[in-house]
Amino acid sequence: MIFRVLPKQGLEGLFALLAAEQPVIGPVERDLDRHGRPIYGFAEVTDFASLRLDYTTTKLSAKEFFLPHREELATFQISGQQWQKEVDYHGGQPTVLFGLHACDINALNKLDKVLLKGVYPMPYYAAKRQNKFIVGIDCRPQPHCFCRSMGADTARHGFDLFLTDLGESYFVEILSDTAFTLFKKIPTREPAEADHLRYRQLAADKKGQFTAQVDTTDLTKILDLEFQSEVWRHWGDRCLSCGTCANVCPTCYCYGVHEQVGLDLSRAVKDKTLYSCNLIDFAEVAGGHNFRPQSHNRLKYRYYHKHRGFVEAYEESLCVGCGRCSESCLAGITVPAVIDSIRGGEI
Amino acid sequence: MNSHAIVSWPEEANQHRRTDLTTFESSYRAEITAIHRLTAQEKLYRLQIIDPHQRQGFCFQPGQFVMLEIPGIGEAPFSISSPASRKGDLELCIRRAGTVTDFLDKVPRGTQVGLRGPFGTHFPMEQMVDHNILLIAGGLGLAPLRSPIAYVQENRSRFQTVDIVYGTKDPSQLLFTYQYDQWRADDLNLEIIVDQADAAWQGRTGQVTAVLAELFAGRNEDYFTNTYAIVCGPPVMFQFVCAALTAKDIPMAKMFVSLERRMHCGMGKCCRCNVGSTYTCLSGPVFDYWTVMNLKEAI
Repeated sequence: MIFRVLPKQGLEGLFALLAAEQPVIGPVERDLDRHGRPIYGFAEVTDFASLRLDYTTTKLSAKEFFLPHREELATFQISGQQWQKEVDYHGGQPTVLFGLHACDINALNKLDKVLLKGVYPMPYYAAKRQNKFIVGIDCRPQPHCFCRSMGADTARHGFDLFLTDLGESYFVEILSDTAFTLFKKIPTREPAEADHLRYRQLAADKKGQFTAQVDTTDLTKILDLEFQSEVWRHWGDRCLSCGTCANVCPTCYCYGVHEQVGLDLSRAVKDKTLYSCNLIDFAEVAGGHNFRPQSHNRLKYRYYHKHRGFVEAYEESLCVGCGRCSESCLAGITVPAVIDSIRGGEI
Repeated sequence: MNSHAIVSWPEEANQHRRTDLTTFESSYRAEITAIHRLTAQEKLYRLQIIDPHQRQGFCFQPGQFVMLEIPGIGEAPFSISSPASRKGDLELCIRRAGTVTDFLDKVPRGTQVGLRGPFGTHFPMEQMVDHNILLIAGGLGLAPLRSPIAYVQENRSRFQTVDIVYGTKDPSQLLFTYQYDQWRADDLNLEIIVDQADAAWQGRTGQVTAVLAELFAGRNEDYFTNTYAIVCGPPVMFQFVCAALTAKDIPMAKMFVSLERRMHCGMGKCCRCNVGSTYTCLSGPVFDYWTVMNLKEAI
């Protein structure tokens, strides 16, 4: 990896360079919550001043730019008994994502494993993933963050460049040749020993700031052992099966497909909509049999997929510890609390 | 085990494994060439992939499934019920049970549909050569077993004793009744049992496990160590049947089940068919029983 130091005033120049070529999406303040605290979200930014790089966490992750909530998989032109199928992957134009935290970058890296690798790569995702330029930025742990427990507090790949605020300047990690070329037009300097020290000091400080954590030691085995645990029923009784957790999750990718015919019967659409394994009909088959009929079956499945099955398949969990699900859950269910109770065998 | 393989599967099997990005939504166009009513609920649909080259290149193995799509109505997974040797001339046995199948029930022959696949794992027929085969089906579970049955018929000399144990709720629900004589003529021992007899029923009444107990009583030790079992039926049937088979020490790695799950993609993406994080569409629908034992809530 190549490291540079960018004086703070140089960042606007970097933004302008990128924005001149393509749309830039970054964190902005959307609104205030009932306590008067800002609600952040990702949106297209044309003015550097509206970029809130000091954001805590966004309600929704950057997933929506890669896996939109609803997407057309195919359209059909229908004429009597005849039909033609047309497929568009909706790659869109190249776009910059400016200011992603490590958790959201790691979430995309995890999604890559399922959606880009394997026997059937998903072109709808690939088309959007391939034309994104990603600028990462460091963050401060929030009360719900347990990314460190999940090994997702630093991003090792999956970005073009990553910024760490050193105070007067940014420490820049450059990972792509596109990013490297960009810095030919922006004044930067080689990091000095003092910059290295400052960078390491910041990392050490951050480590001590986490308040939420999850013990993942032997978690796959413990989940197996506690499959019949009554604890699941307790959480299931609290869960409202609303699917909010999957909605805000940066790594949830499951979906449903629905087809609809236009009113004049000349056109039909095949839509893909992100779904949630907590919704009641997730595993229901035609004829009415539901493989996970109860709330606790579904909540348990969610934890098994993320913290056991995915680990077995890819040697890592399908959770980055961003804490969004904990923060958004209407029933106050948090990942650290659920896993603690499963480990302890009691609520 | 016999050293000469019947068909060189592996190469053909890999042909449909697509790794490029252009084929995710690509489907074969197929025509429904004939529709036979089997029972009040089920029909047998004969489909032909229209392009002759694609039809010939459509290689599947017994136990695999396809996604059938009716534009504007929907797409659903169906196990293939026809002999693998027939390639892209497929037969699907379909029960009227949901949006897609309700619509299918109304379409005339000549209708063109989309087909994606073949997907999933298969019954390892080549491994079963020189062994006894015990096929156990409950209700619509006979549909995915019709392809391995056809395989056995086509290669009858390569297999030892072959039994088909088939149970349904009542005689009106028996599928493929017109084939029973042919199966028996090919020396496949067919045992049928219904849960509730009607006035005309002359056969046995009860559960498939009763037939198994009777069948096993007449078999010696060697039979159980040299037998492969193939099981498909409603969720409740698996537990009782698999328990009966393991009680006789049929190795769990020689027992194969075909599982049903909801599916929206067939390609390991939508997660609807997941058991844990095992995709039924990729690692199944055919699983050996040992694997099933290690999957929570699989049966």
